[in-house]
Amino acid sequence: MTPAELRRIANRIRRRDVQAVFEAGAGHIGGEMSVIDLLTCLYFHELSVDPADPLDPERDRLILSKGHTALALYIVLSEKGFIPKQEISTFLGHRSRLNGHPNRVYVPGVETNTGPLGHGLPVGVGMAKAAKLDRRSWRTFVITGDGEMQEGSNWEAIMTAAQFRLDNLTLIIDHNRLQQGASLADTNELAPFAPKLAAFGWHVEEIDGHDPAGICRAVSRATGTPDKPKCIVAHTNKGHGISFMSDNVAWHHKVPNVEQYEQAMAELAEAAE
Amino acid sequence: MNAPFDAAQLHDCRDAFVATLEALAEANKHIVAVCNDSVGSSKLVGFRDRFPDRLINVGIAEQNMVGVGAGLANGGKVPYVCAASPFLTGRALEQIKADVAYSRTNVKLVGISSGMAYGELGATHHSIEDFAWIRALPNVPVIAPADRVETAAAVTWAAQHVGGCFLRLSRMGVPDLFPADHVFELGKANLLRDGGDVTIIANGVLAHRAVMAATLLASQGVSARVLNMASVRPMDAQAIQSAARDTGAILTCEEHTIFGGLGSAVAEVVVDSCPVPMTRLGVPGVFAHTGAANQLLDDFGMSPEAIASSATTLMKRKA
Repeated sequence: MTPAELRRIANRIRRRDVQAVFEAGAGHIGGEMSVIDLLTCLYFHELSVDPADPLDPERDRLILSKGHTALALYIVLSEKGFIPKQEISTFLGHRSRLNGHPNRVYVPGVETNTGPLGHGLPVGVGMAKAAKLDRRSWRTFVITGDGEMQEGSNWEAIMTAAQFRLDNLTLIIDHNRLQQGASLADTNELAPFAPKLAAFGWHVEEIDGHDPAGICRAVSRATGTPDKPKCIVAHTNKGHGISFMSDNVAWHHKVPNVEQYEQAMAELAEAAE
Repeated sequence: MNAPFDAAQLHDCRDAFVATLEALAEANKHIVAVCNDSVGSSKLVGFRDRFPDRLINVGIAEQNMVGVGAGLANGGKVPYVCAASPFLTGRALEQIKADVAYSRTNVKLVGISSGMAYGELGATHHSIEDFAWIRALPNVPVIAPADRVETAAAVTWAAQHVGGCFLRLSRMGVPDLFPADHVFELGKANLLRDGGDVTIIANGVLAHRAVMAATLLASQGVSARVLNMASVRPMDAQAIQSAARDTGAILTCEEHTIFGGLGSAVAEVVVDSCPVPMTRLGVPGVFAHTGAANQLLDDFGMSPEAIASSATTLMKRKA
């Protein structure tokens, strides 16, 4: 799939996301705009997954460890055919299986239940280790938020992944520089991530997390180092694609009013042309 | 640190655990052991030597350890995640909740040296809250075997059970209570001794003490029923209801705080469906003082003599 096609899909997903947050009256819109290009490139270009056989043992695994941006994942899964597109309108609704954090028991395509931060990478290490034990070629991808990297469990898993030489594991850090209440820099500054991961023995790539060509290149098997897990530091913007949300910490989980919603949709529609 | 019993007849249940695990692993190549640098204390040296690739030691990192177990299960493995129970259940409780219970993964959690087995090491190393913590979670059966036979049977059961579970094992020597061909059934209590005057319900290292207490009571003319209740969740409500009906009083004994553990679980059934007088023996809501494990059990009123005495006191409250 070409970068232009991936951009079109990502734009469509952004619009559906903004609409669903507006209609549900809740969501994590900033982090969703931030991660959508990464999810789109993975699901529409790189991952080997089959909605007709979501538990195929040979599938690639993706864990959205920043589980609060579940809506973005739900929309991607609906675009891929794992769940019906019309079901997105039930997001956060009474008894909907699409709650605020993904649940593998009820939503096909979800690999593990996330929500509390710092859970995805250890689980991803276990998946990658299972593939190594069986000498299988399927791969494991974990997407974390940059603020999420403040959770110590991630660093436990970073050590283990290097020790186990899991070159079939890719960690993508959605590095939008903002956490819930403030910037990372004003909270617990972990950046720069690249030298830290390199010091732990990982292969590191730094990319523009909104550039499909760069994302696709970084997540492919073509980049990496044998015996080293791969970390992609994806430089992103929270609220990307919507002028008044972009890089604005206020939009972590704010809901647009009617005027803001119309402006956001107009901007995204214009970008689609 | 062993039971008040002839030392030659005491067995460390960890030996039965690893012998069974190795036999299961021989037959099923997907069985793996995950640990936190606890190869020695979990007695996994033999497993490591036989299956070096399948001993997954993540280092001293319990949160990671449980997450790795969940990921291995996702990849088709059957992980037995082994660590000292206080650290497995305390440090990694949220991973147990989200990655195992809520995600319904096929992870076998094995809490080693549970209860007050590390008596002298202090309360940081005691695991007398684990029944309460894990029992509060859906999808994770909680099992505390009483001897080496029941340990082996429970480890075997866990391998064929599709889903998570928590096996609470001790390192204290305990005598055999079950015949060698015993089969573990989840949610089923075992009648260790029948009686009509009072019922003593216990599990883990307390089960044989309960049997000894019943023997003492018999010499005093009291007929005590003894139920082994390895399965703390799900519970055998029927056995509790029968005990209430037949004996009219229930005494529980556990190597755990009396808040939220076996006694609480039994009391929930009793108040819901068969109110009778009850006494809950255990650690009375304090951090235990320094002492060998068996000494601590004695100190907290769970010597066979003290259990028997509590039973006779309880019987006076019968209607």
